[in-house]
Amino acid sequence: MEKKSINQKTRSKRRFKRWLPVFVMGLPGFIYLFINNYMPMYGLIVAFKKFNYKLGITESPWNGIENFKFLFANNDAWEITRNTILYNFVFIILDCVCCIALAIFLNEIRKKTTKKFYQTVILLPYLMSMVVVSYLTYAFIGDRTGLINGILEFFGKETIQFYSTKSYWPFILVFVRMWRTIGYGTIIYLSTIVGFGDDYFEAAELDGATKWQQIRHITIPLLKPTIIMLTTLSVGNIFRSDFGLFYQVPRNQGLLYDVTDTIDTYVFRALMKNGNVGLSSAAAFYQSIICFITILVFNGIIRKLSKEDSLF
Amino acid sequence: MKGHKKFLALSHIVLIIVSVLAILPFWLLIMASFTDESTAVNSGYRLIPKKWSLDAYRYLIEKWVLFGRGYLITFFVTVVGVIVCVLITLMFAYMLSKRDLPLRRFFNFYVIFTMLFNGGLVATYIMYSNTFHIKNTLFALILPNLLTNAFYITMVRNYFQNNIPEELLEAARIDGANEYRVFFTLVMPLSKPIIATLGLLVGVTYWNDWQNGMYYLDNAKLYGIQNILNAINENTKYLMQGGGTGTVMPSETVRMAAAMLGIIPILVIYPFFQDYFVKGITMGAVKG
Repeated sequence: MEKKSINQKTRSKRRFKRWLPVFVMGLPGFIYLFINNYMPMYGLIVAFKKFNYKLGITESPWNGIENFKFLFANNDAWEITRNTILYNFVFIILDCVCCIALAIFLNEIRKKTTKKFYQTVILLPYLMSMVVVSYLTYAFIGDRTGLINGILEFFGKETIQFYSTKSYWPFILVFVRMWRTIGYGTIIYLSTIVGFGDDYFEAAELDGATKWQQIRHITIPLLKPTIIMLTTLSVGNIFRSDFGLFYQVPRNQGLLYDVTDTIDTYVFRALMKNGNVGLSSAAAFYQSIICFITILVFNGIIRKLSKEDSLF
Repeated sequence: MKGHKKFLALSHIVLIIVSVLAILPFWLLIMASFTDESTAVNSGYRLIPKKWSLDAYRYLIEKWVLFGRGYLITFFVTVVGVIVCVLITLMFAYMLSKRDLPLRRFFNFYVIFTMLFNGGLVATYIMYSNTFHIKNTLFALILPNLLTNAFYITMVRNYFQNNIPEELLEAARIDGANEYRVFFTLVMPLSKPIIATLGLLVGVTYWNDWQNGMYYLDNAKLYGIQNILNAINENTKYLMQGGGTGTVMPSETVRMAAAMLGIIPILVIYPFFQDYFVKGITMGAVKG
């Protein structure tokens, strides 16, 4: 008995000695995630408080669901939710279709340098900050100086005040978004297609399958796991929007809010421009919770359909 | 065989169109920045300027203090951000890569959960500005959200598990090397490809970040290049303030020239490191 417990002690001591340095190395990352990701989760309770900067999060007095009453009292909550979901929905579909198509086209190019050239060029916009993207958009659709108005003028047509006309913005935002990220999705799909190898396609070729048949019966089915994975990720984030896109590209023009405002731009404005912590924290809380639920639900569905494709 | 050729031709046509669309805005921006101001005001930006001029760049050179400081701050923040990020991400991922790590499931969940749920802007903002008081300091540009995340960690962990054999590390341990030595003299040198990939991804993210500056900085003296661009975008008169040299600002062309300052470093670096970016994107997409 005595001997065994001593043995155990030395073993656990050795175990401690073995793992201590590993834990020490992991510590900074652990702490960072705690501060940056976990502490704000606690901060979500601000949504149920009458926040006061002097008192801080914990000390500020509770005020029940007052903030939420305020948020849902007018049309805002509905409008920003609708915009966020609709834009994301369009993005998800276009991402899928455009990126897969481009990846298939790119895979056709056998010459390495040409392929690399195309790849380099279509990925370039992805590396630009949204501020820069906003400038690039302005160069095209600026009221007085934009290229498009210049062309309209040249043909004797009336110019368009893009930054104060709502109806164009859904198209502009979708176009800019696709312009910026199409290269990213294409590269992911391309790397998957390259991973298949040529065997299937060569066999199909011998059997006389046309290119279209190969795409429909080989490429797309093989891409299915990647499609499912990327789509689940985006559907899970359907209540989150790219703040930069919706804030920078319309240049925060009040006239356009109806069609450009999403949950993220709304939260930002309520917090930073109007200093309304109650309203913004209620909107942020609503977003966090609804996002979490969608991710869980969608992951659950995917798990049911095919277990190995689920995220967790 | 004929269908094959047709499809190849179609591929080229589509890819050429997409490539032109990808480059066109940059072309227009460059051309706009070289346009004569009054021409720009009267007839707008053109793909080939009617009248060329270097006035916009001359004006920017006059304002070199502002842009020089912006570059310096962005450069500093990027370098510090990349070094710290690579270090803490690699070390944390190294811990996670150990298959017999005690509490391994807990640590994995700890990382994955941050992808599923987050506190959002308001709570993050209040915490950083109220608890940690990073407002109007350079920490504001380095700390929030950018230093590491679940994607980076998962990417590096997968790299370790697939590329660095545990037996090799075990051999070094038997030779008497302690864990720190194993990590810094054995694991780090073997991780050069992933360090380059991660470093570039993080570097571009830091270079391009304007959100932290917008949230946490009131003091324009701390603005990096992206925040200067953002300030010009919000208020074209921004450049006139503080300078007071008396020159009339060619505002429509100078903003385009200023945007060029934000783009040039990336345009210069990108073609050489293209492969690393591509690798980073495809690896980041691999699930944890």
